[in-house]
Amino acid sequence: MNYLFIAYTATWALIAGYIIVLGKRQMSLKKEMKQLEEWNSEQ
Amino acid sequence: MRQENLFDRILLYILIPSVFILLYLIFIWSPVEKIMGETQKIFYIHVGTAWVAFLAFFVVGFYSVWTLIKPNMNRYIYAGISAEIGVVFTTITLLSGMTWGRASWNTWWSWEPRLVTTLILLFIYVAYLFIRKMDGSWEKIAKLSSVFGIIGCLNVPIVFMAIRWWNSKLHPVVFGEGKNQSGGGIEPEMLATLLFSVFTITILYVFLMRKGAEIEKMRHIVKKSKNKLINKLAS
Repeated sequence: MNYLFIAYTATWALIAGYIIVLGKRQMSLKKEMKQLEEWNSEQ
Repeated sequence: MRQENLFDRILLYILIPSVFILLYLIFIWSPVEKIMGETQKIFYIHVGTAWVAFLAFFVVGFYSVWTLIKPNMNRYIYAGISAEIGVVFTTITLLSGMTWGRASWNTWWSWEPRLVTTLILLFIYVAYLFIRKMDGSWEKIAKLSSVFGIIGCLNVPIVFMAIRWWNSKLHPVVFGEGKNQSGGGIEPEMLATLLFSVFTITILYVFLMRKGAEIEKMRHIVKKSKNKLINKLAS
């Protein structure tokens, strides 16, 4: 039962980790887009 | 854009209930194996992620060939995201396999053909992702990384056939065992759970692939616009 728990915890942790990475990328993209908009409005 | 969002939503509406159904099938519905007990249930996620990792690397191979023939940013992006997901799923496959090995053979690792070839596959795609992070024009990097992508893809059938070619006794052949390939097989409930696991993980792969590619495409557009603006300001 312990091994089953280890395997499934590792599985979900890795999938969650990748989803977090994608989320972070999206956040930094939003920041860049905002910055770009600010630059454009200053023009 | 609206249609794309609708498709992503549909995928999510299929994915979320499927995950819960899969957990029900694995932990409640599928029978407990007599010899290994509950630990055998690792098998469903292990085989499911392995199949989807193979699919991800075939997609990398497909887009890599296409990129080599006709370089295109979208193909390059799809290959990269597919490789990332493939690396995540291969790591899961190796970790779940190691846990299985520890439970059934009392060892975390064995230098057995299937494990070694899978590890090599993982290293090829980690190298592939490192190449993509290199500085330089994307066309050059795309060509170089595509060669690695294709080499990795060619390794996939070797991983699959490893236990048959080198006749490993440690890793069981679940389907098509023996010379006439009629051996092996599992209980119908186990097979149904396994197939549903493959289905759910495939949906997860498609969802992650679409989300990842969408972010990367936008990032590319933003980068281009930024460079244009900087050049405009400089001139």
